[in-house]
Amino acid sequence: MTNHVVIIGAGVTGLSTAWWLARAGHAVTVLDKGVVGWEASSRNGGGASHYHSPLFAEEQRLWPLMDDLLGYPTEYVRGRVIAALTEKQLTHYHYMADMFLELGYATDRIESAECRALSPLLSPATLGGIRLHFGGHANPQRTVQAYAWATQDHGGRILQHTPALGLTTAGGRVTAVDTPRGRIGCDAVVIAAGPQSAALLAPLGIELPLAAARAEMIVTEPAPLMPVGGVDGNGLYGRQTLRGNLAYGGGPHEWLATEAGSPSRPTSPLSRNLARRVAELLPAAAKLRVIRSWAGVVENTPDGRPVLDRVHDNVTIGIMSGVGFGLSPASGHALADLVTDGRCSFADIDKLRLARFTGLAADWRETRGWFPAEAA
Amino acid sequence: MTIRDAFAIDGKLPLPTARHDTIVVGAGASGTAAAIAAARAGQSVLLVDENPVAPDLMRTDVPLFYGLRMTGAVETPDRMVETLLTTNPALETAIELGVEVALGTSAWGLYTPQPGLAALPAPMLGLADATRSWLVGFDRLIVAAGARDLVLGFPGWDQPGVMGALGLAALLGRYNAFAGRRIAILGSGDLALKTAEMALAHGLDIAALVEVRATPQGDQARTAALAAAGVPILTNASIHRAEGGANGVERLFLADHSLDCDTICLAIGEVPAIELLAAAGTRLEVAPARGGHVPLLDTDGTTSLPGVAAIGRCAGITGSADTLAYRAEWAAMFAVASPPDTIVCQCEAVTRDDLIGVQPPRYLGPRPPAIACRTLATLLADGPPDQDQIKRLTRAGMGVCQGRRCREQVAALLAAAAGLPPESAPFTGYRAPVRPIPLAVLADWAEAPGMADGWDVWFGLPAQWTPYRDIDTPREAMHRAILGGGGHL
Repeated sequence: MTNHVVIIGAGVTGLSTAWWLARAGHAVTVLDKGVVGWEASSRNGGGASHYHSPLFAEEQRLWPLMDDLLGYPTEYVRGRVIAALTEKQLTHYHYMADMFLELGYATDRIESAECRALSPLLSPATLGGIRLHFGGHANPQRTVQAYAWATQDHGGRILQHTPALGLTTAGGRVTAVDTPRGRIGCDAVVIAAGPQSAALLAPLGIELPLAAARAEMIVTEPAPLMPVGGVDGNGLYGRQTLRGNLAYGGGPHEWLATEAGSPSRPTSPLSRNLARRVAELLPAAAKLRVIRSWAGVVENTPDGRPVLDRVHDNVTIGIMSGVGFGLSPASGHALADLVTDGRCSFADIDKLRLARFTGLAADWRETRGWFPAEAA
Repeated sequence: MTIRDAFAIDGKLPLPTARHDTIVVGAGASGTAAAIAAARAGQSVLLVDENPVAPDLMRTDVPLFYGLRMTGAVETPDRMVETLLTTNPALETAIELGVEVALGTSAWGLYTPQPGLAALPAPMLGLADATRSWLVGFDRLIVAAGARDLVLGFPGWDQPGVMGALGLAALLGRYNAFAGRRIAILGSGDLALKTAEMALAHGLDIAALVEVRATPQGDQARTAALAAAGVPILTNASIHRAEGGANGVERLFLADHSLDCDTICLAIGEVPAIELLAAAGTRLEVAPARGGHVPLLDTDGTTSLPGVAAIGRCAGITGSADTLAYRAEWAAMFAVASPPDTIVCQCEAVTRDDLIGVQPPRYLGPRPPAIACRTLATLLADGPPDQDQIKRLTRAGMGVCQGRRCREQVAALLAAAAGLPPESAPFTGYRAPVRPIPLAVLADWAEAPGMADGWDVWFGLPAQWTPYRDIDTPREAMHRAILGGGGHL
């Protein structure tokens, strides 16, 4: 029987879940308070190298197939260089390389000259680095739209500008989602609404500990394409886009008060600190002009790890805790499995269940210092 | 004791390196007058102006549409400063009154404490010259950023010699560095008349004033005077293309004849230069009689940002009530008279067809079959047109000119395709830096130590990067011990 699943949140995790469900023949409706992928899903660095995740092997299997599976371009490119400008960084990256190799992901230690042959904008002062023959990056904006269109191509429905106002329950199950367009009945619901997820779950008696923070990026005008455009280092994450622009982020974040509705996401003079680090890492690009900055709001769980779980019989939670874009091909697969079968078909994800936060102290944000600065 | 997150931004953003009672952005007539008034009231005043604009920026049509019609004179900044002082005598007065005048200095970012930016220690303005950037504080900021050119494209507009009326006025009046001789002026309203009068005063030839509507739109007496001086005024015009050679424009083709000219000047309208204010989160309104999007102002000229005022043309351009409708008529004529592969966004080489088809950029290679079925119409089924969303898909407006050459025409084309009135055309936001600034110039080379100490690639949560299989094992502690606080440097 075909079930109707309502997915709250047209971010990359919700859309991937919708796509997996729709292509398996389920009726899906995706709700979003705004436009598809408007929040952190389209504002990140596009990285897809999250070796630590139990979803990573499946993600790596899927990424090279995604353009064909979705039918729309994602700009996925495999591989990455992480370049060190200091001995401390080099030691650190070498440790990471060993860790990657133990996990079965091909990684080389490379000399400075090879770093610069692969990513010619890198500094002559590069001490060396590591080359990942896995991972990679894609274009977040193009990818979120690809999931949305592919979901529609499988008969899924996407309702933009339609916030979920609340959940209706009967007999211990969620039976409908209330929206300004009316009540939408469902057999199951997926909560993938980023920072807004906790407020939706609270009335069900489900406590999802989340703290929202703002993070920033900058982008330059295009540079000639490098053989490996996914180059990290010097405290930065980012990539050269296939157009040639250098898009980089990193550095301090600003914790936000938890509030409903659209979060405020201004950028700050941190753009200057990012510009400095990009100019240090890629000095051959130092004359390139910065043409934009932006910020995104990221949701964080207390341990920084995802919550992928089905609770309350037919409520599935998809929270990626700030590392969602790259893993999205697999996170949607896992969440679709949870919706239909109650378990992930391709990986053990038990350590990502919500129950690990049972007994979490009420002041968990305060004890971590995860709250907004005193107003100036 | 309060616990703080070592990797949060709190306390890391620097205080401004200087502070002034009043800062004025823009040393045009209204900005200079405001600076003089503040100085006379005994305030410490900083007056910044981006002129002389660096030749590199001029070549990318920032901030005005110069259309590569500059002479070599723009390459000598010292001469340009002299010219600026000569052409704006009030600046001398300001300097005598103790106003600190910073020329060749652009204001690229405005930051004020607000939700999501509580870590900002004070309101501050980001400035940059050719070699460095810095932050200045203020009690009161007066933005007098003026206007920029309204640009609409047609076949051949992406060659040297197609430019805007404000770009032309700057090259003629401010820089004495205009390289053209014979101009076809598009438009016949007061902006076009002013442009024509200025061109004649500088001894230039005018091929014609070209108007899309049935009658000339500007002051009748001034129009008659131009006609008497032998300037042809063509109405009901339909513009087909510009043709030229290695040095740019040579001819403008209308429906039934052509005009010889080396410059085609778009004098259809001007746009309030709101980018600094808009990027800072100032509340905006659409004012069809004042040039489109303008800051929402109190009766005393204050914007929604405390202590920040807008004056002069960036607060709204005096015009006729149907300014936006007039622009839309021009845009519609261009769309009808030009083939679908006409470039809309020069920086990213996006054609009108690609824009309305919401097609991915051509550098991505052959387009998959599914995307060929996607158009603006399929996007509109999901909601109202959103220029930011379309920009991300097509890249129109994502280039180094920061959308200055295509923003209005993209909005007009999307509004027309969606059947929306011009005042409801989709608007796309502005982002700092609102001028393109080299990485090495924008960079904070005098960064306070706290920034580097509390810097992590991401959130500084080592648990986040522990390989799944090592979670809750002794190996997790080992990773943390070796990799330290930042698990992913």
